[in-house]
Amino acid sequence: MIRFLLLALSSMALFSFSGKTEVFNPETHTLSNGMQVVVVTNRSAPAVVHMVWYKVGAADEPRGQSGIAHFLEHLMFKGTKYTPPGEFSKIVSRNGGTDNAFTSQDFTAYYQKVARTKLELVMKLEAERMTNLVLSEKDVLSERDVVLEERASRTDNSPSAQLFEAQQTALYLNHPYRNPVIGWEHEIRELSAENALSFYKKFYAPNNAILIVAGDVSLKEIKPLAEKYYGPIPGGAEIVRSRILEPKHRAARRVSLSSTQVRQPSLSRVYITSSYRTAQKREAYALQVLAEIIGGGTRSRLYRSLVLDQKKAISVSAWYNPTALDYGEFGISVTPRGNLSLAQIEKALDRELLEIKTKSISADEIKRAAKKLTAEAVYARDSLMAAPNIIGRALTTGQSLENLEAWPERIMSVRIEDVVAAANETLVLRNSVTSLLTPKKRGVQ
Amino acid sequence: MKKWLIQLAVLALLSVFPIEFGWAVDIKKVESKSGIRAWLIRNPSVPVISMSFAFRSGAVSDPTGKEGRAQFVASMLDEGAGDLNSEAFQEKIEDLSVRLRFRASLEIFSGSIQTLKQNRAEAFKLLALALNKPRFDQDPFLRVRAQLSASLRLDQEDPDRIASRVWYRSVFGNHPYGRPIGGTLASIYNIKREDLVSFSNSFFSRKNLLIGVAGDIGPDELSVRLDEIFGDLPLGTDRETLAEPEIQLEGKTIVVEKSLPQSVALFGHRGLKRTDPDWYAAYIVNRILGGGGFSSRLMEEVREKRGLAYGVYSWLNPLESVGLIMGSVATSNSRVKDSLEIIREEWRKMSELAISDKELQEAKNYINGSFPLRLDSSRRIAQMLLAVQVNRLGVKYLNRRAHIINSVTRDQVKKAAKRLLDPGLFTVVVVGKPAGISSSQ
Repeated sequence: MIRFLLLALSSMALFSFSGKTEVFNPETHTLSNGMQVVVVTNRSAPAVVHMVWYKVGAADEPRGQSGIAHFLEHLMFKGTKYTPPGEFSKIVSRNGGTDNAFTSQDFTAYYQKVARTKLELVMKLEAERMTNLVLSEKDVLSERDVVLEERASRTDNSPSAQLFEAQQTALYLNHPYRNPVIGWEHEIRELSAENALSFYKKFYAPNNAILIVAGDVSLKEIKPLAEKYYGPIPGGAEIVRSRILEPKHRAARRVSLSSTQVRQPSLSRVYITSSYRTAQKREAYALQVLAEIIGGGTRSRLYRSLVLDQKKAISVSAWYNPTALDYGEFGISVTPRGNLSLAQIEKALDRELLEIKTKSISADEIKRAAKKLTAEAVYARDSLMAAPNIIGRALTTGQSLENLEAWPERIMSVRIEDVVAAANETLVLRNSVTSLLTPKKRGVQ
Repeated sequence: MKKWLIQLAVLALLSVFPIEFGWAVDIKKVESKSGIRAWLIRNPSVPVISMSFAFRSGAVSDPTGKEGRAQFVASMLDEGAGDLNSEAFQEKIEDLSVRLRFRASLEIFSGSIQTLKQNRAEAFKLLALALNKPRFDQDPFLRVRAQLSASLRLDQEDPDRIASRVWYRSVFGNHPYGRPIGGTLASIYNIKREDLVSFSNSFFSRKNLLIGVAGDIGPDELSVRLDEIFGDLPLGTDRETLAEPEIQLEGKTIVVEKSLPQSVALFGHRGLKRTDPDWYAAYIVNRILGGGGFSSRLMEEVREKRGLAYGVYSWLNPLESVGLIMGSVATSNSRVKDSLEIIREEWRKMSELAISDKELQEAKNYINGSFPLRLDSSRRIAQMLLAVQVNRLGVKYLNRRAHIINSVTRDQVKKAAKRLLDPGLFTVVVVGKPAGISSSQ
């Protein structure tokens, strides 16, 4: 119930495609009502993670109801026909388990982590709330206040989060990714039980959901349980996720925020680009290698040049998030050293980016980046939570298990020309927003 | 570079969840030829090895005026060692895909290394170099100092950080517990290279060392590796324990005015030490009061029933010389007063009224059931093996803990609650523009 938000930019973005069949060995099956079941066996401990992922997120919200996907996620803990309000998490907890949920632009996921012997219990609870949600006006209103407090903690109290919000509205001129997952405050204030229930009825159905179980179980053990609890839920109408698209981007955009709450200036830039689903051929893989080469660590171009040689920055980073249904984002951020202005650091950054686009990238750089990325796939196997998270994100954003499986191989086969082409295609100012965060002296308007 | 509040929270977690396995685990105690000891849980199913270790000495040893020294050392250890300068050292780390981290908290200096099995020999060599022959070269020294000061500037206006800094400073005054782990913008510029050298020379020693290992390595090989990594460290001397601090300002309210829409409140008072006979009962008390995620009383009253806050928590923070119980909430300026009143009331109820058998049993079930679920990677298992040693709990403790928790009676919980909780002693720091709350005189 943290009911927390997944903002797209964590290190999971890199991580999120570190899978292949030899990595996770997922087994899959589809129930007759259209619900996909995926099982990843991990026998390290007698524990399981049980997750249900819905292929719906903030970008699927009706216009004017921003935040309804996330609000519904909170309300899913507020009671069903057979589970009284607030009881869901308490039942899980008194059975020694933990539970939570999260919402992004493209998906909403619910999970419980329990001892293997409690799997059937949580499956029963989760299956029940796929159809039987019951909401009281009183609970809805008080939970709405909780969400407003959540928004205050995450965004209204934080200048960098406010700048991020502005950046996304500037990056997307038309597509719903421009709205924050948590919603705009004035729209959250108007959200009702009716809004939530109509969203629920439209999108929460087995044919729009994926069951993922990881841990000390096999598909053979899960199948009869899934048939028993999820199987009887009738499939709903087919859901086609078709969002409005971006027009051509013709002007580079800049957003800036200056606040007395900021003492350390920083600059970031984000480019709109393709995602796994929308990318042509190898582009999404080449962009991951590119992000690694530009700012992926202490051997990266920006680190070497801006941090070590020129001593103009104290930190740099570059990232690419391809795990999205519609658009991918490629981002770079730089924190200047000492009193260097953001204008000066931006100039230095642009010089480096030009260099990458026009001068050669070495075979050695490509090889090193690919090696580092694929090592992540091995580390991912070491964690019980990584597999279901990676698989859930992939399957709710139009990817297949086969794509996941082929990830290390595709990363290893990225060629120099792919990376150069991806850099020239993506690092184009008119497709970008540059964000500037600066301190403001007290008393200055 | 982790920060103050997080470090404390983690420290608290380590101790608060002192280990519990719902199923028996096979821990090997490994001893090297030169006498270095480690605890190992082997899991050959993934070719990854995780090691966590700690020296008993942290930011509390920072000299006055040089606060932040231990953290400065932590930030410098991967910046060059032996014949590898910073760049060469970093190249190796990247090429081997090693995850090497060092961190200073109040009372321990810890490190962790995660490596693919195929790269272990070189990875462990890097760790050995970092601990035995750190270079602390001028160039990275200046850069890291700039990074540390940027991070301090980032913290300066963060309401959670402000609340934490002010709370510890108000409660502990000049005692080392009252000082920020990361230092201040002034203090980190007082720290010289020789201060870092003196820290690593005095505290990186075998007597001070604790190690937990998990993953794809057997005891025989580990024993050899332990000598390779740690064998050249000096034996060292026993560490002095800190004087018990005098706690100041109990029962006060401090408002730090900031123009924010939401106030952040941090509160707490003296708690129990980890060695206290009532520790486990107090642990259960905290679980029921505010340490239980969604099913705690605070969460129920503040969030679920009234929608006053997104989160409200309490936790035990057993420092070596004093125990604390603390809590936090973030609520709109207009409602923070109500939230704090409800929290005080729950604090009072918990200290005065008995809990039901059902509530006790549910708390025990959660404590015993959920702990092993957190150990879901070799990294977390290694961390846990280290935490048990930091808390001096002994290797058998792991398989005994469920029994210890289950043996706590209702009367013991009641007695512990009475000892532990006193809302009249709250020191509360509120950062924001809280309506109807002002600093006490």
